[in-house]
Amino acid sequence: MLRTLRGWFWLSPDDQNRVVPWPVLILNWALAFLLVALLCVFSFSQLTYTWNWGTVAKYENFFWRGWWTTLLISVLALLLSTAIGLIAALARRSGVLVFRALSRLYVEVIRGTPLLVQISFAFYVVADAFRFENRFIVGLLTLSLFSGAFISEIIRSGIESIGASQLESARAVGLTRLQTYRYVIFPQAIRMILPPLAGMFASLIKDSSLLSVISIGEFTWNAQQVAALTYSNFECYIPLAIGYLVLTLPITLWTQWLEKRTKYET
Amino acid sequence: MKLDVRRLSKSFGRQLVLRDIILELERVHTLALIGPSGGGKSTLLRIIAGLEIPDAGKIFLNDQEIIYRESELLAHRRTVGTVFQAFNLFPHLTALENITLPLEKVHQHPRAQARQIAEEILERFRLQEHCQKSPAQLSGGQRQRVAIARAISIKPKLLLFDEPTSALDPEMTAEVLDVIEELREEGRDFVLVTHQMGFAHRVADQIALLSAGDIAEVGPPGQVLDQPKSEITKQFLAKVMKY
Repeated sequence: MLRTLRGWFWLSPDDQNRVVPWPVLILNWALAFLLVALLCVFSFSQLTYTWNWGTVAKYENFFWRGWWTTLLISVLALLLSTAIGLIAALARRSGVLVFRALSRLYVEVIRGTPLLVQISFAFYVVADAFRFENRFIVGLLTLSLFSGAFISEIIRSGIESIGASQLESARAVGLTRLQTYRYVIFPQAIRMILPPLAGMFASLIKDSSLLSVISIGEFTWNAQQVAALTYSNFECYIPLAIGYLVLTLPITLWTQWLEKRTKYET
Repeated sequence: MKLDVRRLSKSFGRQLVLRDIILELERVHTLALIGPSGGGKSTLLRIIAGLEIPDAGKIFLNDQEIIYRESELLAHRRTVGTVFQAFNLFPHLTALENITLPLEKVHQHPRAQARQIAEEILERFRLQEHCQKSPAQLSGGQRQRVAIARAISIKPKLLLFDEPTSALDPEMTAEVLDVIEELREEGRDFVLVTHQMGFAHRVADQIALLSAGDIAEVGPPGQVLDQPKSEITKQFLAKVMKY
């Protein structure tokens, strides 16, 4: 009796590979949700706050427009940052030493400074100097440069995970450098790269919220507008959180699936 | 083949690996390079393979000089088949694809033809039932045989083996050596770095012993292994034969 009960809630560390039956899984997931829900219910019950969902609901359009803009920015930044990351990673391995230095400089500066500062700097200083006023483009480029730096490190580590002996074999059979990348390095590196890359994309989506500081009409900016108009912060931020979760959760799940698959391959 | 190595030198950093090597072999099918570890035999093989660039000296293969410039070396490497100690195969490709990749991308064979060549060679090496397996699913001996199959699939003018059995257990060593001996009987030219003295004796028609960057002795196996003249060779053989 006690053993069965223990089996519902406990997985021995020596037994990590055992498949947990689905009713037990559901039970424990429900328990986890319940605990989180209790925490929320308690916190909100202590709050003296008049909920004002009706007024906020009138501004539904703001949320939708912002959500779609965020989705658009994220998809474009995702493509652009992957391209930038790839170029930076290849530059880091280039024979031209100044390319290596540039790539290193780019990665370290971008990774070491806050995105908020980068966005303000790009828009109010750099774009201004070039009399360029399209905030959407400036924001998109800054965000892409930001995640491009992280992606370049992900790609670089993927490329470097391919052993020297394989590069030697590629040389011995007479593949050119380009062919070696195309047929030997990339097909293998992609498996190493994909899981962390997918994780990076989830961060990218959330990071796009910072573009609100230069008044790009994305999701967070719109929610802030509604909050200012209706004086209802929580009613705006809760849908905001859910909206981001809808975008990031599929990616997170995809990442897990990819990680499982990579494990199996090796 | 005719092999003419003229005053070849190579160092890695401050370490001199080959010191003014001279080796003239007029007509040789199988050259075995033996000697203690670090003696320079692998480096010499890698220079012949066009994988390493010498600091000084020249090599003539069948009266043709090997030009040590990257563009020419690429062309040179495409005419020789090199097999290393281990990790020859690309792990993301099947045994068959490992052979067809260079045939298609380097030697411009149409896909169907490349496949046919690969299948024929794998069948010859009794590997046909493994052709769709990835290297991880093959035994060490099978992997080496696929690597040899890949090396001969391009019809190389010369085969180069760099300790092809050093990473294998005795049983697998035998299956790989069988294949090499078979190639020998076909009259293919190759250079072989090996620690298997018995095998060297059997297949080689010339043996060169390298020690401390120098060639200590060259000659047919009966001479070098059975009646060594040089003191270095005698010492080396005494050590090797001890166990």
